[in-house]
Amino acid sequence: MKLMYFHLMPYMDLPEDFAEKHESVWVDVNSKLFDPRKAHHMYHEFISELEHADAVGFDAICVNEHHSNAYGMMPSPNLLASTLARSTTDAAICVMGNSLALYNPPTRVAEEFAMLDCLSGGRLIAGFPVGTPMDTCYAYGQNPSQLRQRYHEAHDLIMRCWTETDPFAFHGRFNQQRYVNPWPRPIQQPHPPVWIPGGGAVETWRWCADVDYVYAYLSYYGYLAGQATMQGFWREMKNLGKEPNPYRAAFLQFVGVAETEQEALDLYREPAEYFYNRSLKVSPKYVAPPGYMTEATLRARAQSQVAKLAGQTAGADAAGAGAAKVESGGGPPSFEEMVEKGFVVIGSPDQVAEKLTTAIKDLHFGNLMVLLQYGNMQRDLATYNTDMFAKYVRPQIEHIFENEWEHHWWPKPMPMADRAAGNSHE
Amino acid sequence: MNNATLKTSFVTVNGARHRVWEKGSGKPLGFLAGIGGRPKWLPLFDRLAQHYRVVVPSLPGFPGAEPGHLLLDDNSDWICATLDLLEQSGLTGADMIGACLGGSLLADVAAHSPRSVGRLALIAPFGLYHETHPLPDFFAQTFSQQKKLLCHREHAFDEAFAPPEDENDKEEWEILRYRGMEAAARYLWPFGDRGLGKRLHRVTHDTLLIWGKEDKIIPPPYAQAFANGIKGATQTLLIDNAGHLADIDQPDTVAQALLTYFNSA
Repeated sequence: MKLMYFHLMPYMDLPEDFAEKHESVWVDVNSKLFDPRKAHHMYHEFISELEHADAVGFDAICVNEHHSNAYGMMPSPNLLASTLARSTTDAAICVMGNSLALYNPPTRVAEEFAMLDCLSGGRLIAGFPVGTPMDTCYAYGQNPSQLRQRYHEAHDLIMRCWTETDPFAFHGRFNQQRYVNPWPRPIQQPHPPVWIPGGGAVETWRWCADVDYVYAYLSYYGYLAGQATMQGFWREMKNLGKEPNPYRAAFLQFVGVAETEQEALDLYREPAEYFYNRSLKVSPKYVAPPGYMTEATLRARAQSQVAKLAGQTAGADAAGAGAAKVESGGGPPSFEEMVEKGFVVIGSPDQVAEKLTTAIKDLHFGNLMVLLQYGNMQRDLATYNTDMFAKYVRPQIEHIFENEWEHHWWPKPMPMADRAAGNSHE
Repeated sequence: MNNATLKTSFVTVNGARHRVWEKGSGKPLGFLAGIGGRPKWLPLFDRLAQHYRVVVPSLPGFPGAEPGHLLLDDNSDWICATLDLLEQSGLTGADMIGACLGGSLLADVAAHSPRSVGRLALIAPFGLYHETHPLPDFFAQTFSQQKKLLCHREHAFDEAFAPPEDENDKEEWEILRYRGMEAAARYLWPFGDRGLGKRLHRVTHDTLLIWGKEDKIIPPPYAQAFANGIKGATQTLLIDNAGHLADIDQPDTVAQALLTYFNSA
C-alpha cells in the first residue's frame, strides 16, 4: 500500500451560521469572510502538518487546486509544493493537480512541474485534473463545451514538452506556439508519473487505461458510497484486458483515530460537522454547466444502472454532484450519518484499520489518500490524528498487496547520496 | 394554402446533419431559433406559412441537429456554419427572423455577408453586453429558474418544450435537450457578448426589432442599443406580457407584427 497524506487547506474560520446565511462556499463565497491575517497562520500550520506527515513516514504528501473556494485555499498548489519540495526529503510530492485547460499556455504546467521535479529530486506525482465546473467554468470563466477539448490538447502539448528532445512547434486547435522548448526538464524520465483525478466517467477510465495513468477517485463521501464507482472502474479495466493491479487506482478517505471509539467520536465530531455542513455548502446552480459532462457520458449513464448509481455518488470532482445530493437530500447529514455511511472512518486504531482494510480490499485500490486534517481541525488535533494513524493504523494496512503487485506509477527519485545538501538526510 | 404540409428534410454542414422544416409556398421566410431551439412546429409558423414558404433550419447542436457545434470554436466558425446552413436550406438572400442567439448570428451574417440575407426581424438578439445593464448568468440556474427567465408565461414554455410522452423518447429527448443547451453555452459563454457592437454599423438591412417588455435575460434597453447601432432602417416593437422568447409568450402578436412588417415592402 501507498499511504498518502492529503491536505485541502480549508479556511477554518467560517461562521457557525454559514450554511444558513450563505448560498455557496464556492464561486461567489463572500470574500469579507476571509481574514488574510488568520490565513497567514493557517497556511503555516497546514505546511507544518504536511511536513510532519513526511517526518512520520507517509509515502506522499498531496496538495490540490481550487479557485474561489473556502474549503480549499490553494489556487496555486505549485507554490505550496515548492516549499514542501524544499523542506521535506522522503515523501513523494503529489500535486493533484493542475487543471490543464486553465494554464495559458499549458506549457506552463510542463515548466513548473519540471521545476518541482528538479527541486524535489524526482519526487513529483503530476496530477492532471479537468477541474470542477466551479473552478474551471465559473471561477475561471472557461467554456464548458470546450473545456475537455482544451484539456486534451493541453495534455498532448505537455507530454510533447517532456518527451521530445528538441525544440518543436505546436500548431494546435487552441494553442499555437512556434517555439516550445521547456527549460528546465524533469528528473524522472521519460516524465513524472501522471495521475488523473476523476469522477465516474467511463471515458476517463478508458483514457487512463489507454495511456497507462493512475485513476484517482477523490470522493468526499467515503468508501461505502465509492463502491459503485470503483467496481465500475475495475469492470471496465477487465473489459479492456488490463490486469487488476490495485496501484492503478487511488481513493480518498476522511479518517479520525483516537485511543478509543468514544474518544474519536468526541474529538472528530466538530471538524467533520464543520466540513460537511459548512465547507460543502455548494450551490447546486454551479454543479452542471451544459457541456461539462459530455453527451457520451450522459448516454452511458442513461444506458447503465450501475453507471447511473456511480454518477449519483460521484464526489466533488465529478461536477460537485455530491454537493447537489446533500442540497437536495433534505439538509446536511448528521455526524452519526457521516460515520454510519462511511464519509468519515472514525474509531480506535484497530477499528479504523479494520474498516480501511475492508475499503482497500472491496474497492481494490493500492494508493490510499487520507485526510487527517479537515474542517476547522486545529493543529494539535491534526497532529494527534496523524501520529495515531502513523503509529497504530499504518502497520496494520501497509503490507496489503505487498509482494502481490508491482507499483509502476510511483516516483523514482534520485538516490539520497546524490541529493543536494539542503534536500537530503545529510 | 392552409392545407400545405410540413416537410422535413436534412442538410449537411461540416459533416453534421441538420433538420430543415418547410411549409407553405411563395417567397421564402427563414427562422433561426436560439436557446432551446424549437423542438416543435409552432402555431406561429403556421400563421406565417399562410403567406410565405416558411423555412426553419436547426442550428448546429440544437434540437433537430447532430452535434456539429463541437467543431465550432470562434465567432467566425459560427458565422460560416450559419452561412452554410442558410445556403443549404435555400435561404440565401431571404428575409429572415432570428430569435435570441439566432438573432445575433443573423446580425453577424448580415454584417459579414450583406447579400446573404434580406430584411431582418430580430427577436431579443444576444451579441451585446453593457455593464450598465448586465445580463444574468442564464446557465448558473436550475431548470425551473431558467424557464422563468426565458418565458413570461410558464404555460407557454411548457407547451412549446414539452417532452415526448414515450418513455424511451423521453430519455433521448433529455439528451438532445442537453446537447442544445451545450450548443447555446458554447456560443454564449460567459456573457453572450460576441463583439457585435463593433460590427452593427455594417448591418445596412431594414430591421424589425421585437422585444418582450418582461425580458429577464436581455433587458429591453438593448433594443435601443441595437436600433442605434444598425445602419439600416429599424423599427422597434416592445411586446406586453412577453419575456425573452416573445414569439412563444405572445405568438399572435408577434405573428401579426412579422406579417405586417414583411408584407409592407
